[in-house]
Amino acid sequence: MSTILDAKIPSGAIGEKWTKFKSSVPLVNPANKRNIEVIVVGTGLAGASAAASLAELGYKVKAFCFQDSPRRAHSIAAQGGINAAKNYQNDGDSTYRLFYDTIKGGDYRAREANVHRLAEVSGSIIDQCVAQGVPFAREYGGLLSNRSFGGTQVQRTFYAAGQTGQQLLLGAYSALQRQVGLGNVTMMTRHEMMDVVMIDGKARGIIARDLISGKLERHFGHAVLLCTGGYGNVFYLSTNAMGSNVTAAWKAHRKGAFFANPCYTQIHPTCIPVSGDHQSKLTLMSESLRNDGRIWVPKKQNDNRPAVQIPEDERDYYLERRYPAFGNLVPRDIASRAAKERCDAGYGVGTSKMAVYLDYAEAILRYGKGEANKKGIQNASDEELQAMGKAVVKEKYGNLFDMYKQITGEDPYSVPMRIYPAVHYTMGGLWVDYNLMTTVPGLYALGEANFSDHGANRLGASALMQGLADGYFVLPYTIGAYLAGDIRTKAIPTDAPEFVEAEKAVQARIDQLMNIKGTKSVDYFHKKLGKIMWNECGMSRSEAGLKGAITEIQGLIKEFWSDVRIPGDADEFNPELEKAGRVADFLELGELMCIDALNRNESCGGHFREEFQTEDGEALRDDENYAYVAAWEFKEQSKFELHKEELVYENIKIAQRSYK
Amino acid sequence: MNLSLKVWRQKNANSEGKFQQYDVQGISEDMSFLEMFDVLNERLINEGESPVAFDHDCREGICGMCSMYINGEPHGPNKGVTTCQLHMRSFKSGDTITVEPWRAKAFPIVKDLAVNRSAFDRIIAAGGYVSVNTGNAQDANSLPIPKDNADDAFMAAACIGCGACVAACKNASAMLFTSAKISQLALLPQGQAERTMRAEKMVAQMDVEGFGACTNTGACEAECPKGISLENIARMNREYYGAVLSSK
Repeated sequence: MSTILDAKIPSGAIGEKWTKFKSSVPLVNPANKRNIEVIVVGTGLAGASAAASLAELGYKVKAFCFQDSPRRAHSIAAQGGINAAKNYQNDGDSTYRLFYDTIKGGDYRAREANVHRLAEVSGSIIDQCVAQGVPFAREYGGLLSNRSFGGTQVQRTFYAAGQTGQQLLLGAYSALQRQVGLGNVTMMTRHEMMDVVMIDGKARGIIARDLISGKLERHFGHAVLLCTGGYGNVFYLSTNAMGSNVTAAWKAHRKGAFFANPCYTQIHPTCIPVSGDHQSKLTLMSESLRNDGRIWVPKKQNDNRPAVQIPEDERDYYLERRYPAFGNLVPRDIASRAAKERCDAGYGVGTSKMAVYLDYAEAILRYGKGEANKKGIQNASDEELQAMGKAVVKEKYGNLFDMYKQITGEDPYSVPMRIYPAVHYTMGGLWVDYNLMTTVPGLYALGEANFSDHGANRLGASALMQGLADGYFVLPYTIGAYLAGDIRTKAIPTDAPEFVEAEKAVQARIDQLMNIKGTKSVDYFHKKLGKIMWNECGMSRSEAGLKGAITEIQGLIKEFWSDVRIPGDADEFNPELEKAGRVADFLELGELMCIDALNRNESCGGHFREEFQTEDGEALRDDENYAYVAAWEFKEQSKFELHKEELVYENIKIAQRSYK
Repeated sequence: MNLSLKVWRQKNANSEGKFQQYDVQGISEDMSFLEMFDVLNERLINEGESPVAFDHDCREGICGMCSMYINGEPHGPNKGVTTCQLHMRSFKSGDTITVEPWRAKAFPIVKDLAVNRSAFDRIIAAGGYVSVNTGNAQDANSLPIPKDNADDAFMAAACIGCGACVAACKNASAMLFTSAKISQLALLPQGQAERTMRAEKMVAQMDVEGFGACTNTGACEAECPKGISLENIARMNREYYGAVLSSK
């Protein structure tokens, strides 16, 4: 029987919940903190900020990452920016507006209380980062600069060129390394979490594998935080790093943590198109480029002329045409579907015809004129304007333009970029309550690994905000509610039977994988899974397609476990074995994503079911029957039970989402 | 394209290594250098051989995980590019390409082309931060910073910690890496309080790790995929001498 989930949302008005919570949450005194150990898995924005903040508070922290340094976590690749309701631009921004935009952007499928808290702490994140020395972009007066992102009509995005994620992560990393140097954090690099250890129904530690020696290790913690990112790599091709994986979250899921809204995935509209079968990953071109760039396709089908030869009146700026209020800055789900629609209808460009243009010609000219005015140059020639304009664009987006050129061999300053949507982010994740605790006591999920703040579609520049909010300003408070009741628990020795059993199970699975000695590489299975997911559970989904995908994936799981080939040994540095373990978990997750997508008989945000659309092709929600979080409980292989958290909107009127 | 690869193979930190030759066929010029290695590894796995271990993660030039010393240059022949962003159109069919790991005493080999760069983390842990606990910050705009200073700090902060500077240097010096962090924080008002201590501690840690000294050849700057400037080393030297002279 399914249960109604209790999100433990504090009572009171939306604007007072968090303040009230903070002043009433139980505290742990400093002497007790010294005896409490916390395990943090993952060192991206959420993990690094949580590990550093908890260590500053006096907890004993052990942090883990699979990369060779915590600084390499995939948060580093975030480009465009981080939102905060500072209203520095005096353009009418407020906590409420950020809250409202995020709920609306998420297509009314996010939890109000969490999102409001996120908007409330957003300003403190910018303060904290600046204090750490994060070099945000500034104006000549020395104050911070802002830009716009999709789904908003204010400028609230703070940025550091196209490297905002890098600079924020290095800030959190330096705070973390400071605590490592002070001896408050033990940092375990090149370690992968293999399972959660449960004792008396609580998460009490993990089994980790030292990726260099292959040895399994047991680690105790009073609480375990999973800050392990999203699962976009289930599609094989995505903008995620090669190592990004679902394994930690999936192991937690198999140990009782519910997985919420797995089918909510974000397909980002502006990525460099696939160039061939060899492709190993896709590269994002930041959403910030839509601030200045204009997106178009030819008005004629199968138009093979080079872009610069297509005259203005033969171009279809389809986003500006369909969505005049937001134009090129509509949210990601809408921009992606619109690109797919044009390409499917035969208007795509490039050799594959699966691309649209992102054009900077007009912006370059506009900036050139602006510079000419500033410098008092009259009658500047076209070349002079172009040169000055290109310099401005270079300062704003230079690294992105360089990256485009390196990958495609084309110069985006002179020809428009070709772009196409690609998998980028996953809004679904482990179900958490207001305290960020999963359904397993003592097990928390932060950042992209949880599900709570972005509903069915995340707005640009909000992932960085959420990761740092969770790690710096939310979890360090909410964890007190659990740990205050745990001060009498002494560290549990890792020779306890539960640790021994958990390690044995992990070893058995590794042995099983190594002993298959089949004929096909891990990548063979990963690519096959990716194709199924992209075709049937990607930008558009249908009942028939999803049912077929589930059968196909079940077949693929059987084939994997009987025919995968992993070279080398388990007791050495063996990247193929690492990949095999991750792909085995992706296969099971892929099945659950399709089950979830099939269950949700509506279209919302990134989840678009062909059967449910308006006459003009927009997503058609069903608020009466589906205004809930679908949280799945693992029963056994291929069997999941649905639990619901009803979404209640007390502060925002639920409405048809329109950006027209 | 058809290529000949001479790749350094070494089972682990304690074993002897050697070059092994592999011929690869049918390489597309749109592939990245790492995708070319994916093709080779897929073949080796199918032939029952051990694939070449190499570090990589984001494959978009920002995580700093990929390495590879290609034809005598860290990250290969192109300027301002990491190995993952190096594409095969920079080579021609028939080329022989030699691929080695980063070589430095402070970067022990893990396997084949993968090395251990934890020494960099320890240098940062020695002082590459501003000591500001979460919650202590003042309003971000209460501290105006001239745009030029902010821009210069950003340029220094662009370092991805890949270690190409060390690999390029005949002394395996980590001066460019260390100076980039010292510069970033020395250029900003937030970094002033700990300025002296930072320079002393980070330089001391650099020496403990076994990195060599700087002899001003500039190879690090030439090979840095992020264009970190030698000026940072000059600034670090000023910071360090200032710190030593005023040390209490």
